[in-house]
Amino acid sequence: MRDDNAARMNLRLLLRPLAFIAVLLLLWEIGIRRQSSHLLPGPWGTVEGIVDLVRHGLLLKYIVASLFRVTWGFTLAAALAIPLGLAVGWYRRAEMALNPILQILRPISPLAWIPIAILWFGVGDLAAIFLIFVGCFFPLMLTAINAVRSIPAVYVNAGRNFGLGTPSLVYRVLYPAVVPNLIVGLRITLGIAWLVVVAAEMIAVSSGLGFLIVDARNAGNRYDLVVAGMLIIGVIGLLLDLGMQSLEKVKSFRWGYSED
Amino acid sequence: MNGFSQPGRVERVFWPILATALLLALWCYSVRWSGTRVFPSPVEVERGLAELLRHHVLWGDIVDSLRRVAYGYGAAVAIGVPLGLTLGWYPAANQVVNPVMQILRPISPIAWIPVAIIFFGVGDDAAVFLIFLGSFFPIVVAAINGVSSVPAVYRHAGRNFGLTPPQLLAKVLFPAALPQILVGLRIALGIAWLVVVAAEMIAVDSGLGYLVIDSRNSGKRYDLVVAAILLIGVIGLVLDVLFRRLEKLRSVRWGFRFES
Amino acid sequence: MSQTQSVIAPTALKTKLSVDRVSMVFERDGKQTDVLDDIDLEVGDGEFVCLLGPSGCGKTTLLNAMAGFLSPTSGEIRVDGEIVRKPDPRRIFVFQERGVFPWLTVEGNIGFGLSKLPRAEREKRIAHYVKMVGLQGFEKTYPQELSGGMKQRLEVARALAVNPDMLLLDEPFGALDSITRLIMRGELLRIWEAERKTIIFVTHDIDEAVQLADRVVVMSARPATIQQIVNIDVPHPRDISSQRYLQLRDGIFQQIGLAHKL
Repeated sequence: MRDDNAARMNLRLLLRPLAFIAVLLLLWEIGIRRQSSHLLPGPWGTVEGIVDLVRHGLLLKYIVASLFRVTWGFTLAAALAIPLGLAVGWYRRAEMALNPILQILRPISPLAWIPIAILWFGVGDLAAIFLIFVGCFFPLMLTAINAVRSIPAVYVNAGRNFGLGTPSLVYRVLYPAVVPNLIVGLRITLGIAWLVVVAAEMIAVSSGLGFLIVDARNAGNRYDLVVAGMLIIGVIGLLLDLGMQSLEKVKSFRWGYSED
Repeated sequence: MNGFSQPGRVERVFWPILATALLLALWCYSVRWSGTRVFPSPVEVERGLAELLRHHVLWGDIVDSLRRVAYGYGAAVAIGVPLGLTLGWYPAANQVVNPVMQILRPISPIAWIPVAIIFFGVGDDAAVFLIFLGSFFPIVVAAINGVSSVPAVYRHAGRNFGLTPPQLLAKVLFPAALPQILVGLRIALGIAWLVVVAAEMIAVDSGLGYLVIDSRNSGKRYDLVVAAILLIGVIGLVLDVLFRRLEKLRSVRWGFRFES
Repeated sequence: MSQTQSVIAPTALKTKLSVDRVSMVFERDGKQTDVLDDIDLEVGDGEFVCLLGPSGCGKTTLLNAMAGFLSPTSGEIRVDGEIVRKPDPRRIFVFQERGVFPWLTVEGNIGFGLSKLPRAEREKRIAHYVKMVGLQGFEKTYPQELSGGMKQRLEVARALAVNPDMLLLDEPFGALDSITRLIMRGELLRIWEAERKTIIFVTHDIDEAVQLADRVVVMSARPATIQQIVNIDVPHPRDISSQRYLQLRDGIFQQIGLAHKL
């Protein structure tokens, strides 16, 4: 009896969001039908757009192109910003020295760097990767600095108390203590990277999902492809976020997140 | 010397100035050393800034950008906070809406540009819409998380004193969630500032983003490009600092752990 | 279980709270746990009763049911003859000091339940209870800046300010240091003698129970049953080295199965 009830509950939990999505799709379709211009596609038109993209082999190509840029830009930024940020966070004077510069550079929209990126790297992959790098570098560095600075002094003192030298103090106390904060920062930053790559591709290169959107609109108002592109951007962004979230669940990092 | 020693007051001024001076010198020297004609030196940037100020275009652009942020962000706050509170308050409703939000959230606001232009044409409204989209989701998510992480003790206490559900929301859940909501609002403001610059580079013909792209396109005035970029950084920083003031208010300070 | 010292509630008191054959079953991941098993209890008006038992035995669950936060699986709880179905300002639950609202000042916290009163009356009451719990000078202070004992007194003041007939205290002094805890017990007795509220006090500290209560309800480990109800017939202020006091205390120690020699 109880198992049956539980199964029914689960089904209901699943059905309600699905019903909500169905209602939204229906409203979308009705809204499109009632509109006179026929520029925007309905849900069905969007599906056809996706099928169209797959048939021309463009979808996979553009997804790969976008992910390629994100991977490079994000990885480079993480590889440079995290060690640098950890070091700067540890030495109080270095943090004081660099803080004003970082604070000014950080709120600059990565896209504002586009003219400079094109000047330095020309129109192409490198420019896009540079933009993603810039977009990720400053938030990551600030996260790393804050992560070190918020390590409770007790941990460091306890480590010293057990006679750890600097290298083992870094490896056995500081590193595990900052990892939870770093992972949160990485997750947020990956979201920014995904946001930047789409924008960069709309302006600075001629492939990728961002380019798809601009190109589909400019070359013949194919708004079905525009909306299809947006949807795919959403889904991939969600998958990236879920991937980073699963890192937060790894046992040895878990202590940093609230218990319930 | 590690992060736990206290540097004196003189050092607080000395180190930032030294680091900034070194950076400027490095910039100046590499411009001269590379013999570039296009990329400006710090002195040229300063002259460019003065020129912008003299022709009074700068103030107009700053006001345009800030106005768009104010409208788009304001609307996102006005709708996002109550919606997030409600969804956090009714977990069943949240379960229904959550999947849709999870898909819409990672779509780069920039990717909405073609759609925004259909709805609103090229102009302020399109930019405001993009800013709204960019800041809306982080705000809603922060409000949902804020409410659902309010300790049960507070809810019980509120109910115990005979509060009706609307009173409970206004007098217990909202103040209890406010610190977390403020963090979300600050992040969303950063995103709004990032999006406005990007939107202005594509969808309108005024504002700081337009200044960047226009300075490049009309005559490769890279001194103006860099001046505008730095200005974007400074204004973003000012917005952030102003917002942090809010977090120091006494009725929310309890929620910020690292405040002394 | 022999009930050598069990005593019926003093007949002079009108019954305030009655717990009638209450059982509670929790279900988690399809597994059933019996938490309360057939509890019967009567508490008189103005009486001070301690629920005593080992940690996790279900005494907090019983208190939550009395407050109306949980409803029993079977049986019923009545206050003044009325079945308890939801929380009510006439009986206020006092958590360990975690229950004070960090976003309100001392004044704001005490005035929390008084929003229906006219302003002058409200301020008079706030001032009265600020004084009663000795927080004068801290009216505008936020809880973050108060000590544990002060926060605890603040929560008691917030509860008393709405003039409830009953206070339900859940290990209120558990998080305090032992000196503060002793002082707080004295304060609570003083307040109780002044206002004569019915008090149900949950604790796992035998000394605390015997020092405070008119009657101590000794509960067994999960599923909780009432093992014994001990009438503490020592008048306040209690001499905690008197023969009778020690006898009662040792009786409970033995009942719980602890020898009092370590």
